[in-house]
Amino acid sequence: MTDLLGQTSLREATTEELWAVTTEIGVIPAVISPVDELWAPAGPSGRPPTRTTLPVRPGPGTPPPAQRPIGKISRNDLLTLFGAMLSSLCITLLIFGRFTPLSGRLGFVVVWFVMFLVIYALLVSIVDNRPAVVDRVMATLLTAATTIAGVAVLSVILNTFWRGRSALAKWNFYAQDMSAAGPLDPIGVGGISHAIVGTLIIIGLSMIFSVPLALVCAVYLTETRGRITELVRSVVTAMTALPSIVAGLFIFATWVLILGQQRSGLAAAFAVSIMMLPIIIRSADVVLRLVPGNLREASAALGAPQYRTVWHVVLPTARPGLATSVILGVARGIGETAPVLLVSGITGTMNTNLLENPMMSLPLATFQFVRTPVEAQQARGFATAAVLMILVLILFAMARVLGGRQAGQLSKRQRRKATGRSLHDMERIEAADHDRYVSAVDMAAAASSSPTPYPPPPPSPPSAGSSS
Amino acid sequence: MSVTLLPERTETESPIEARELATRRGIGDRVFFRGAGASGFVVLAIMGAVGVFLTWEAVQALSASGFSFITTSEWLPDASGAGFGIAAVMPFTVLIAFIAVAVATPIAIGTALFITEVSPTWLRSSLISMVDLMAAVPSVVYGLWGAFLLQNQVVGLSRWLNTWFGWFPLFSVSGADPNSPLSSATVYTASSFIAGIVVAMMVMPIQCSVMREVFSQVPIGEREGAFALGSTRWGMISVVSLPFGRGGMIGGTMLGLGRALGETIAVVLIISPRFDFTIHALEAGSNSVSSLIALRYSEATGFELSALMAAGLVLFAITLVVNFIASYFVARSRSGAGSEA
Repeated sequence: MTDLLGQTSLREATTEELWAVTTEIGVIPAVISPVDELWAPAGPSGRPPTRTTLPVRPGPGTPPPAQRPIGKISRNDLLTLFGAMLSSLCITLLIFGRFTPLSGRLGFVVVWFVMFLVIYALLVSIVDNRPAVVDRVMATLLTAATTIAGVAVLSVILNTFWRGRSALAKWNFYAQDMSAAGPLDPIGVGGISHAIVGTLIIIGLSMIFSVPLALVCAVYLTETRGRITELVRSVVTAMTALPSIVAGLFIFATWVLILGQQRSGLAAAFAVSIMMLPIIIRSADVVLRLVPGNLREASAALGAPQYRTVWHVVLPTARPGLATSVILGVARGIGETAPVLLVSGITGTMNTNLLENPMMSLPLATFQFVRTPVEAQQARGFATAAVLMILVLILFAMARVLGGRQAGQLSKRQRRKATGRSLHDMERIEAADHDRYVSAVDMAAAASSSPTPYPPPPPSPPSAGSSS
Repeated sequence: MSVTLLPERTETESPIEARELATRRGIGDRVFFRGAGASGFVVLAIMGAVGVFLTWEAVQALSASGFSFITTSEWLPDASGAGFGIAAVMPFTVLIAFIAVAVATPIAIGTALFITEVSPTWLRSSLISMVDLMAAVPSVVYGLWGAFLLQNQVVGLSRWLNTWFGWFPLFSVSGADPNSPLSSATVYTASSFIAGIVVAMMVMPIQCSVMREVFSQVPIGEREGAFALGSTRWGMISVVSLPFGRGGMIGGTMLGLGRALGETIAVVLIISPRFDFTIHALEAGSNSVSSLIALRYSEATGFELSALMAAGLVLFAITLVVNFIASYFVARSRSGAGSEA
């Protein structure tokens, strides 16, 4: 056998020949050679043969194997799942009703879940091996974790709306403030108009303070690199978990104690913007880093300075994501209670003066209402929290609509606008090209022959507007 | 007559030399970088100012109390400086934070892995919004939920834990008799445990979003390599995703810890304050630095205000240290901020 690969196929080579080849090139045959005569007692080099599993090749007449369905839930999986669910439910019902004096909804759910895990693992282990069992059990645990989170957030929202429903249904709740209503008055009197107005003023001011600074800082973090950038990024990350009460204390120490100003809505806005700043910076930083690098490079290759790249390429590309990060920051800022409590204070009357007297906000009103153990006040508290949740949910829906798209993906309207812009650019460039060509022709003509001081009038411009 | 415009050539070409490469920024760019740098500086300055001014205001109380600020349990500040300290408040804060993190971290890891690895694609973005929404729910709303809804559910769990695991100090409750059918539920309410669970719900989304970000950056080649070698989904997660995301998981957990330490209003709504520290987490009554500040500042004047500032300063310092360690882990991990997306 001189040239094995060239002349005879591997299937036809004898075992000794194969061993010779493989020891020459230093590999152990794994999947080659026909099955029947493979295992000689020892190779020519004295190496003991290694046992490997060999695939059985289909003969020429066999049909191609059917494609296995992947990524689809098979009937067996589904039946296993439901069977485990049903039998664990029955066992749990037995345990709770008959065998033991256990009680309580929480305990029931926990026992049911544990029973389900055990039975499910058992059922899977009938048909599958251990890694598959572990895989199913872990997937169930991950699903359970997500379910817990979902149930928690749902119950938080529903609980708030349900307990506040009596006050939410009264019109005076939105139109009046609490200046005429005492804690013992029924919910037909008094409302939270002062807190709604205060919240809007405080959050509006905070946005004015924090949004521009946060966006510039996020651009700084993405456009430059170096040790200072890393330091700023670490500080921002650390600030996202700054205790809100500390932000309140800081503004209290500087604005009220050192500068001698009154506690007011403006001070509350300062404290809230300190809380919003790192949240917006961090999420905007993530969004800006997702802008594709080739867009930046294309802009740089066309000779744009970096600030124009940022202004015309990076920011427009990331616009929906940036809007989302701002909205998320606002949603966090709108619910801050502790700083407003510290630097603005509690009041029952409408106050639109930024610089003087306490200004109420919705979370603070909630806090104040529910601390009074009177039914009407507690209903007011929950209803205030529900109004706050409505504001947060509206902001959230906005963020979802805007942020549903990845950076660089345009809506239909935006795409039409972009197409229009580039068409316009093309016309402009073509017109400029034409002008340049015409003037070059003229100059050449003037240089070569014409003694007249002025060139002849240029030919008529192209149909598209030639002004640049 | 046609004219082509050709570059002029000199007769003798000089040999090509390497061009010097240097960035000369235009005036616009220089202004841009200065401005951007200034914004970064402002952020640093705010953070620095928080520390400086809190210290400035706290000096009066700290110099009066000295070392006893750390060893005294009760909080009765007067100018003599002896009767107040954080020996009870601070351990309570840490206890609540640790309970919160212990409850939240498994849920956060599970949710993050579910979103990145298990959930069908159509559900993914809704789940991400759900976690973001959890982060945006105001803490006062969580507080209401904890005090009015969760507390009734958890009391049973507390009683059960106390009955069966009461030998463990964390779960023992002084004054509770699990065998007496007449025992009142009030010994289990307003405890560190319930406050911890509520704070856990607020901490979870922060941890989850950090972890999700990390898990979504797992290199596709390594994931598919694991699958190609015949791994199950959990096999892939345990061999590729978890080791890759370890830094992010540690960092996210600690960021959550930092947030849990500073949580104010939800804790105020749930606990009933007490000034003798107990490790019995299920027992009624607890405290935290931030709730102390929120409850006491309104009647505080002069010296007590300074004492509260000192407590706030300690809280600030501790959260800062925790958060810096956290962001160090996030940034240092293979998947951290340094790696370009």
